[in-house]
Amino acid sequence: MKVNVTVNGVDHSVDHVWALESLLDFLRERIGLRGTKNACEQGECGSCSVYVDGVLVCSCLVAAGQVEGCSVVTVEGLAPDRGVHPVQQAFLDAGAVQCGFCTPGMVVAAHCLLADDPVPDDLTVREQLSGNLCRCTGYQKILDAVYLAAERAGAAPSRQGSRP
Amino acid sequence: MTVTDTATRSSASAAADGVGVSAPRPDGVPKVDGSFVYSSDEYHDGSLWGVTLRSPHPRARILAIDTSQAAGVDGVRCVLTHEDVPGSKLFGMNTYDQPVLAFDEVRYQGEPVAVVAATHPEIARRACELIVVDYEELVPVTNPEIALSGQVEGLPQGGLVRHVRIRHGDVDEARATAEVTVKGRYEMGTQDPAFLGPESGLAVPLGDGGVELYVSTQDLHRDQRQVADCLDLPLDRVRLVLSGVGGAFGGKEDLNVHIHACMLALSTGRPVRMVYGREESFFGHVHRHPAIADVELGATRSGRLVFTRVRLVLDGGAYTSTSQVVIANGCYFAAGAYDVDNVEIDGYATYTNNPPCGAMRGFGAVQSCYAIESAMDRLAAALGMHPLELRMRNAISEGDLLPTGQPVDGPAPVQEILSYLRDLPLPADSDHTTGDMRARPGGVGNVTRGEGIRRGVGYALGMKAIGFSGGKDDTCTARVTVWIRDGEPVAEVHCAAPEIGQGVVTLQAQIVRTELGVRTVELRDSDTDIAESGASSASRQSWMTAGAVVGACALVRDEILERAAAVLGSPAAGLSLDGTEIHDCDGRPVLSVAELLGPESVSHAYTYSHRVTEPVDPERGQGDAHIAFAYAAHRATVDVDVDLGLVRVVEMATAQDVGTAMNPLAVEGQIEGGTVQGLGLAVMEELQFSDGRIVNPSFTDYLIPTMLDVPPMPMKIFEFPHPDSPYGLNGVGEPPNLSSTPAILNALRDATGLELPRAPVRPSDLVIELGGRANRRASARPLQA
Ligand code: FES
Ligand code: FES
Repeated sequence: MKVNVTVNGVDHSVDHVWALESLLDFLRERIGLRGTKNACEQGECGSCSVYVDGVLVCSCLVAAGQVEGCSVVTVEGLAPDRGVHPVQQAFLDAGAVQCGFCTPGMVVAAHCLLADDPVPDDLTVREQLSGNLCRCTGYQKILDAVYLAAERAGAAPSRQGSRP
Repeated sequence: MTVTDTATRSSASAAADGVGVSAPRPDGVPKVDGSFVYSSDEYHDGSLWGVTLRSPHPRARILAIDTSQAAGVDGVRCVLTHEDVPGSKLFGMNTYDQPVLAFDEVRYQGEPVAVVAATHPEIARRACELIVVDYEELVPVTNPEIALSGQVEGLPQGGLVRHVRIRHGDVDEARATAEVTVKGRYEMGTQDPAFLGPESGLAVPLGDGGVELYVSTQDLHRDQRQVADCLDLPLDRVRLVLSGVGGAFGGKEDLNVHIHACMLALSTGRPVRMVYGREESFFGHVHRHPAIADVELGATRSGRLVFTRVRLVLDGGAYTSTSQVVIANGCYFAAGAYDVDNVEIDGYATYTNNPPCGAMRGFGAVQSCYAIESAMDRLAAALGMHPLELRMRNAISEGDLLPTGQPVDGPAPVQEILSYLRDLPLPADSDHTTGDMRARPGGVGNVTRGEGIRRGVGYALGMKAIGFSGGKDDTCTARVTVWIRDGEPVAEVHCAAPEIGQGVVTLQAQIVRTELGVRTVELRDSDTDIAESGASSASRQSWMTAGAVVGACALVRDEILERAAAVLGSPAAGLSLDGTEIHDCDGRPVLSVAELLGPESVSHAYTYSHRVTEPVDPERGQGDAHIAFAYAAHRATVDVDVDLGLVRVVEMATAQDVGTAMNPLAVEGQIEGGTVQGLGLAVMEELQFSDGRIVNPSFTDYLIPTMLDVPPMPMKIFEFPHPDSPYGLNGVGEPPNLSSTPAILNALRDATGLELPRAPVRPSDLVIELGGRANRRASARPLQA
């Protein structure tokens, strides 16, 4: 099948997509955006988190054909011009990155959380990010990164931006 | 092709980002923006995909393999079996006993039998299904005690990998003087490293008949030797390059895709990518050895240990991997971080038809720490003494003899570590009947009103050696090169040390800034073009790499100063270097490095060795086997719903001596990560088996902690500099993994009064109605301040 989709603001029209091909494989292998990770392909780890029309999804659970006409934003598209988004900067500053394999998905999920709830409380952060597994950090520094990003956004929560 | 992201690993931040501060990771930006290239992201135009066919049986004879149908599938480029292995048909970390591709007999479920290369991974997978393997199923041996009985046939070495015997003092004589003795059996299930980044790599055939392999690993050179032997190629035709490693924890020391990808690439003349899916990953790497430990402790009524006796059985599974080393490490520290004069330890690693086990983080010491720390709580209960007081009364200190006869050298601040945990206020009680439902054990899914929730507090102390022990001494080499770019000195470090998340790349840059004052440090790809670094394992890599980089920096500095001396006509001894300038003995800048070097560069390699160790003797297990020791302890606070068997870990307080915190943020990250892996092992993580078959090879059924399962982790990092190491640093990664699990078990025992002889604890173990009063234990006395 043919799939027309906008990814990080760029239009793509891709032929010969397999019927059962996941959005994750489509992004990684067809579009060449390998920042989105595959750590389970079962919806359990959140490494493949992306936005589809502003909704946070596990791209391994979405068929490529389902995003026809949609706008997809991946970790590569969070910051304009390949810079570093404040949420990404907070991950760096808080020491939330070790092997980094969970990081792209975690960053997208944290971005979404803060867009919805600029000043989340502890249990809310834990609930919202509990679908994103990390095996290295023990999560404390990731929590710290979320709080740091929220704090830096300060009284102007809009600085976190809204969901793309 | 090159791994392009690593070229951006340069840091132009201030020289202040030296040793001892939380300098940023050089690979941080690419890791947050998605451009960092992991081994599963490696890409090459025109590459094929490799897929592995694995045995569905834990034990079977292979009567025939027919690949003809698979080979005929459109898009398939080759199908290979054991007959196609060019060199050694066996590989292994210490002992070559594991087939590259199975022949004669498969010995565990998931053992590779054939590999296929095709233009698309789905085509390769479908072709695998068309390979016909004629198996004659055999009865698998899955119980390590039965394997040890010597009664079963078909296991290597009669089922025994290694028996380690340690004899210290005289336990039989000491038993007569013990006023209180306790005995217990403690079992531990199989933990999986469960790194998120799967086994994967890209093999590229070279024109000269050689091959280049981009792969995630913990030890490039040990891999290179095995790959070259199995491909029957000289070492210089097999080049390994470290690709991004998505976590390892001991699960990437043994080979995975390496030889298969290279064989497929060499057979087809095309680059080949291989990436395991999550289910395959559970079969594609080694696990933590499951354990059975029998512990007997004797003490005086005042709580002084007089003897310790441990029998430890670790199931190594089908092939040797590192089982000889894991059982030794388990035995070295089976008596815990305690000063006890009479010790008898017998450890056995076995072969079975379970999947191979290897050196997962803490290797062996995790199992024995869990056993001894569980037994210490039992002893405390028998003595009517607070468990922390019993530990403090017996804590090891500098100069005490280990059961292996080696005196403890280097700082041993166990009293300080335990005192911190004693003095730290306990977390506030939570009122679960009225409070936020999300804070209950089981969260909002909890269907009671929380009336059965009980609080418990538990302690554990751990000790292990840092670096390779028992005569397995190794080295690490680094090259440092300084040249001028745009009028500024730039330093490049080349070292094979695998960055597996721990931050060894950050450390290298920090050291160069500290030693040379050069601000811009670039890190070359880790590869086999330079001499070996040894493995990122055994908490050794920071120590070893720091030694190598410091040494190389010293040689570079000496040469720069000698050149300056020649130019200036004054002795080098009076000169110093601060990165951009040479200073005279009064600290005045007299020559710029840019002027001195011009277009030239200064480059030196240095090979660092730690002090010599010796193997322990086979009879009594005596010998100076270790280079250093590290200590950590935990205090766990838990809430248990005894009606539902659900647990919430409320807090994990930690104290650890790290020698010198080279990068405090990274040190904290290691401690938090290790603590949480131990938490997983205490309450949720277990690879389950049925007749040798893995029942739960997925993240749906093999649960690792999520952010909701993890409590606040207050910690105290002690810095008692180690006299033998660069900057006084000590290994950090493994110690927090030791004491975390038993601290939680002890807290659960405290909360429920149950014996809980097995980790991980299952909900049914915790429901007091089910556990039965017979399983109750004596309770310990409150701590006397
Ligand atoms: S890869 Fe999609 S949730 Fe794990
Ligand atoms: S940093 Fe390694 S999985 Fe999160």
